[in-house]
Amino acid sequence: MTLETVGFWVVAVVLLASSLAVVLTPNLFHAVLYLAAALVATGVVFLLLDQPFLFAVQLLLYAGGVVTIVVFAIMLTERLVGDRLVQTSRHIVNGAIVSAAVFVGIAGFLIRARLDVARPAQSTELTAAIGRALFGPFAITLELLGMLLVVALLGALYLARSEE
Amino acid sequence: MIGLPAYLTLAALVFSIGLFGVLTRRNAVGILLGIELMLNAVNINLVAFARFSGNIIGLVFTLFTIAITVAEVAVGLAIVIAIFRVRRTVEADRLDLLRG
Repeated sequence: MTLETVGFWVVAVVLLASSLAVVLTPNLFHAVLYLAAALVATGVVFLLLDQPFLFAVQLLLYAGGVVTIVVFAIMLTERLVGDRLVQTSRHIVNGAIVSAAVFVGIAGFLIRARLDVARPAQSTELTAAIGRALFGPFAITLELLGMLLVVALLGALYLARSEE
Repeated sequence: MIGLPAYLTLAALVFSIGLFGVLTRRNAVGILLGIELMLNAVNINLVAFARFSGNIIGLVFTLFTIAITVAEVAVGLAIVIAIFRVRRTVEADRLDLLRG
């Protein structure tokens, strides 16, 4: 067992356990904290795939940004109605059947597809290559993304403004 | 050595768990958390395919997905807060204003 194998299984167990905790824990605030753990575990999966740059982006944007926003939203919506942090689930059996069916479908595709490709050698200047791609062939997409972020910022301000 | 199918299976499992959360949660914020898990699984797929095919376009699209997800969460939670101001609840079952 190499270090990568051990790391993969440890990260896989942590990721799956925290994901299950996100959808199963009755306390919404705990669910957000488990989501943070799942997002960090995903970042470690990126590290195992030799992408330290994406690991940093994942930590900054997801684990830093998204979790903070969600915690703020919970504070804003639950504070006013008192002790309502406990949430219930519905249609648990139906949901489990549907998601199991989806997983079986994906797994069936994975089994039939020929995916046993060898891992190619990693180029050393990957982050520089990503930057060149972002501002080369994908420059227009990047500009559109910046526009989307501005629109989302204005939209969030407009939706969450106070009435006065 | 961990191969490509292992990463894809892990992503499929996380995706299914997120789908389960979307289907079963009553709270709108809980549903958003499930969507986060599903998008996260897609990111694992993109990065794994990019790594094993040696093509960096998958990494570029992962960056796009992450940025779009952050925008989506901000707008989604702003909508949740706006709904809460009007209806005093964020339970998806009780938001049936448009039901005929």
